[in-house]
Amino acid sequence: MTVAATFEIRFTRYLDPTGREAAPLPSFAADARALLPDYRAMVFMRALDAKAIAMQRTGQIGTYASTLGKEAIDAGIGAVLAPNDVLLPSYRESGILMLRGVSPHRTLLYWGGDERGNVFPESPHDFPFNVPIASQMPHAAGVAYAMKLRREPRVALAMCGDGATSKGDFYEAINAAGAWKLPMVVVVVNNQYAISVPRRMQSAAQTLAQKAIAAGIACEQVDGNDLIAVRDAVGRAVELARTGRGPTLLEALTYRLSDHTTADDATRYRSADELKEQWKEEPILRLRSWLHAKGAWSPTDEQALAKDAQMHVQKMVQAYLDTPPPGSEQMFEHLYARLPRQYQSQVAELTQQEERDVEHHAG
Amino acid sequence: MSSITLVEAVNLALSRAMEDDDRVVVLGEDVGINGGVFRATAGLQQRFGAERVADTPLAEGLIAGMAVGMAAEGLRPVAEIQFAGFAYTAIDQILNHAGRLRHRTQGRLSCPMVLRTPCGAGIHAPEHHSESPEAMFAHIPGIRVVYPSSPAKAYGLLLASIADPDPVVFLEPSRLYRRFKEEVEDDGEPLPVDQAFIAREGTDVTLVAWGAMLYESLKAADELAGDGHFAEVIDLATLKPIDYDTVLESVKKTGRCVVVSEAPRTASLASEISANISERALLSLLAPVERVTAWDTVTPMFRLEERYMPNAARIVGAARKVLEYQ
Repeated sequence: MTVAATFEIRFTRYLDPTGREAAPLPSFAADARALLPDYRAMVFMRALDAKAIAMQRTGQIGTYASTLGKEAIDAGIGAVLAPNDVLLPSYRESGILMLRGVSPHRTLLYWGGDERGNVFPESPHDFPFNVPIASQMPHAAGVAYAMKLRREPRVALAMCGDGATSKGDFYEAINAAGAWKLPMVVVVVNNQYAISVPRRMQSAAQTLAQKAIAAGIACEQVDGNDLIAVRDAVGRAVELARTGRGPTLLEALTYRLSDHTTADDATRYRSADELKEQWKEEPILRLRSWLHAKGAWSPTDEQALAKDAQMHVQKMVQAYLDTPPPGSEQMFEHLYARLPRQYQSQVAELTQQEERDVEHHAG
Repeated sequence: MSSITLVEAVNLALSRAMEDDDRVVVLGEDVGINGGVFRATAGLQQRFGAERVADTPLAEGLIAGMAVGMAAEGLRPVAEIQFAGFAYTAIDQILNHAGRLRHRTQGRLSCPMVLRTPCGAGIHAPEHHSESPEAMFAHIPGIRVVYPSSPAKAYGLLLASIADPDPVVFLEPSRLYRRFKEEVEDDGEPLPVDQAFIAREGTDVTLVAWGAMLYESLKAADELAGDGHFAEVIDLATLKPIDYDTVLESVKKTGRCVVVSEAPRTASLASEISANISERALLSLLAPVERVTAWDTVTPMFRLEERYMPNAARIVGAARKVLEYQ
């Protein structure tokens, strides 16, 4: 008998669901007021999310993937990453991108069916939203490899969901990250559902974090509804990666309080009781309760913030609505650095068709 | 100037590119100390170090996906897939990411990567080692597909592919890896992509081919010349985008065309080229365009591969058919 590995999975939680301290707080949380920017960001994320769903319902944007319930994860990661690190998001990380300076109207543009939603002038190295599940994981390994090769103290942080951990790309990437000791952090947002398939049907593994053990890399679980825990765990993982001490896989435990997307109806596969129970764990109320208890936040502050958030959301909606629609030629622009001459006939065909369409409508 | 094989020319171009540009990184299975199963990367790791010539874990999707990440982050990765038959899991990354990254970020990120892989039949290799997937790659928007046919073309076109600001799938005919030597000057000069080459001038029929099929076509042209028919032979070289200017100019001159490909016929590049000629040069045609291709079967194991791939005799047969068309 050879004991190759025995393991315990560390689980980090500082605030219980009611906002009471469950463990001695890390130093960045010593002054509760220092976490107010994170709290404000979380409230704004939720306000924008509600607006985006309303806009989908009224036909102003297309199918939209809600961020409801994962605000602490996004805010915690956003607070920890350095500007020159690289974020490789899935399609649900608009909150992190906002904290990296990307104007949230880009999120509306993206779900409004416009490639300009992936233009992030404020964080130009970050990867675009990624839809094919887990396919961004090998990119993260490549980005981290480039950073390591150039001896840069930077980190590639890739996001994915619980369903993504069943894919080959996920395992191939964490395996490679371990083999090369890459400066890479993977955060699995375990929101308990891959559309309708619950976590227990996704894998017999007791935790998703432990998949890292087969890859020989560090892993932890963290309460994804506890901002302080997310900041702490992600902060430690990013620091390890940045200082050449290897990659980490973090499983952030949360719950998707929304439908998968606006095209989904979660009542088909989960009960109202389950959802009701999960609302008791949600991250914003938890942090607010703690801030209240610390005397760092008041109902008046909350009212002012709600008003502020609405105003800012409205500004973002306006910026989205004010963006002129893309011209058809955009399909060919940026297809190549320079469009090969062979494509000119198709561009001409498109232009002629458009002219005919205009005449047709005029006639 | 030295006389080298096609696989040596690949190696020479990789050395030159790595020497001239620190951003160039080679990655793949067994590319390091082993120098690649065909020796295409022989000596590179000894010369440029294990970080720039990286043996990867055995995962083709990872190799292609890492190259996407490296390229977006400013490197110039040249990834090797050991055989084209194993490239299919990498197609997800090429299709969903490499070819789209520039467009979907509106030019913010780009993907200057090369995915090299040996392909084609004719070397008595095991199952899955003789595939011709060029049409699958050529269907993908936003990438180039380049297919050299000689040592000099491999050298110049690989340098061009590495320097290209967009992703290139570089398909190397394994049947030609050691078939003949050619003088290649290691001058760092790329050959133009997006351009076909006239391999032999002629007046009576145009034969369009690439890779190993070029030599079957040239052999066919010799035989046809014996009958007094002069075939013009085009080496397509870049399969996406195709240089139709050269093809159409030739067809307008000869009025007859045979497209030769060792990939299966249905939805093939031979079909695509034939359709383009019909659309754009119908009135110059004196006969319908013929396609000489592999059969619409799975690539057989090697006892039947000679019966699977087109050969000079089949090309001559098709050429005679179009020449005699009334």
